[in-house]
Amino acid sequence: MAYMLELLNLHKTFNRGTINEKVALDGVNLQLNSGDFVTIIGGNGAGKSTTLNAIAGVWPIDQGSITVDGVDISDLSEHKRASYLGRVFQDPMTGTAATMSIEENMAIAARRGGRRGLGWGITKKERKVFKEQLRELDLGLEERLSSKVGLLSGGQRQAITLLMASLKEPKLLLLDEHTAALDPKTAAKVLELSDKIIEEHHLTAMMVTHNMKDAITHGNRLVMMHEGRIIYDVEGEEKKKLKVADLLNKFEEASGGEFANDRMMLAN
Amino acid sequence: MMAYFAELDPMTLVRALPGNVAQGLIWGIMALGVYITFRILDFADLTVDGTLATGGAVAVMLIQGGMHPAAALIFSTIAGMLGGLVTGILHTALGIPGILASILTQISLYSVNLRIMGKANQSIGIGQKGLVASLRYVSADNSYLFFVKLILICLALVAVVYWMFGTEIGSAIRATGCNEQMARAQGINTNVTKVIALMISNGLVGLSGGVYAQYQGSADVNSGRGAIVIGLAAVIISEVIFGKLCAGKKIAFAYTLTAVFVGAILYYAAYALVLWLKMPSDYMKLFSAIVVAVFLAIPYLKDKYAVKRKGA
Repeated sequence: MAYMLELLNLHKTFNRGTINEKVALDGVNLQLNSGDFVTIIGGNGAGKSTTLNAIAGVWPIDQGSITVDGVDISDLSEHKRASYLGRVFQDPMTGTAATMSIEENMAIAARRGGRRGLGWGITKKERKVFKEQLRELDLGLEERLSSKVGLLSGGQRQAITLLMASLKEPKLLLLDEHTAALDPKTAAKVLELSDKIIEEHHLTAMMVTHNMKDAITHGNRLVMMHEGRIIYDVEGEEKKKLKVADLLNKFEEASGGEFANDRMMLAN
Repeated sequence: MMAYFAELDPMTLVRALPGNVAQGLIWGIMALGVYITFRILDFADLTVDGTLATGGAVAVMLIQGGMHPAAALIFSTIAGMLGGLVTGILHTALGIPGILASILTQISLYSVNLRIMGKANQSIGIGQKGLVASLRYVSADNSYLFFVKLILICLALVAVVYWMFGTEIGSAIRATGCNEQMARAQGINTNVTKVIALMISNGLVGLSGGVYAQYQGSADVNSGRGAIVIGLAAVIISEVIFGKLCAGKKIAFAYTLTAVFVGAILYYAAYALVLWLKMPSDYMKLFSAIVVAVFLAIPYLKDKYAVKRKGA
């Protein structure tokens, strides 16, 4: 069976040939089966978000290939890849259009991957469906369909972005530190919602996080990155048994004990 | 001082009013185009100064060639859209920053406009029939008919723009203007949406130029100079005065678009007032720029002041 996602030997160097040259991806290989939910951890600059951006096509990769459900998307532009991908970003402002209403944002997401023509941007039928879906979020947003998204809180915006990412079922859901900008309580709620949506739709998902506890408790697989490579990859029962201390040890091993200043220390 | 005021005749102002309204409505069509790029797409498009004159040049030359004035406007619109297309391609396909791309198009259109007309200025024959707008109509006995027609045309354009930005493509354009990253993540080809928006906008500007040339009875290569500033003034005046009134209405967007025309009329009324106060007409461009600068600064300064107060 084909993998839902296959990354082969991804390389990316930023500012090549300048004083700011930075090797961001240095041969990333990863295969995800359908339904896999992998959490990605690693220090700053390890290449976690870069990997997600490479998959999303924010910029072209230097080398390697990206295959989603048997289709090589390495050379597709960002908006074309969008038909395969659902994305939620770290900054709650990024995933939604602030000056447009909740329902308009959702209607745009519902047309991801489809042709956009001169039909109405949102239909009555859709409004009903959206209202039901918002009710399930349990944030009281079902009564605010025509409110501008810009008026909502960060947590509400992330919840809507998550919903938008799953309206048109993606082959792969990319969560890029999507709870990092939220307060702990809201972050927990958004994480819970992520789990629910992934489970309900049987989505294949990747979640970048700085929180090692979250990385262990969520998903069926865990990947640690360091200096543009995957240095640790566990799944199933083995992953469930992991402790934060194990991950810290692993990380220390990889970085040669130089991790004292890293944000990962704060993860507990 | 008393002598100065005694010399001012209020009736002059009143007599000028119908002309101001007509001019405001015609330039309001251009302002509608400016609204699309400036507010919806968030793109400072200076192509306008070129496409306005192009629309006029095309209309006048075609009318001289025997085409019906109304039909000539179709070609004014198309000419404007082509101008928008060029700016769009310079910006999206060739990666030139938006403002610069539009300046390049604007400058090249100056030559194009000269080529279209063969010289700097071309007139429509005095007895020309079937003009969509004309200074003659304003002072005619049945001038109200002309105003009714003009207002209906403007409202029809508002309806078309309102519809267009309610469609799937229109929503995609709005998303592009608001948050490009989100738009791309949702599968929107933001290059295409930008080009479409620039074409719609400049199509309206070309149309406005065509109608204005008929109104004036002539087209001039310099007629578009500073047009963008007048367009911005109309948009901003309408926002400052009607922003609160429009917000929250069921079809707020339609009100906002209509308000742009009122903004344009108010601009010309203010313009007339300043002239009436015997300001030398040489200062009028300065006056326009100051109006735009002041109205753009107000929301910014208001915010800044509000923050300060909160901090205290």
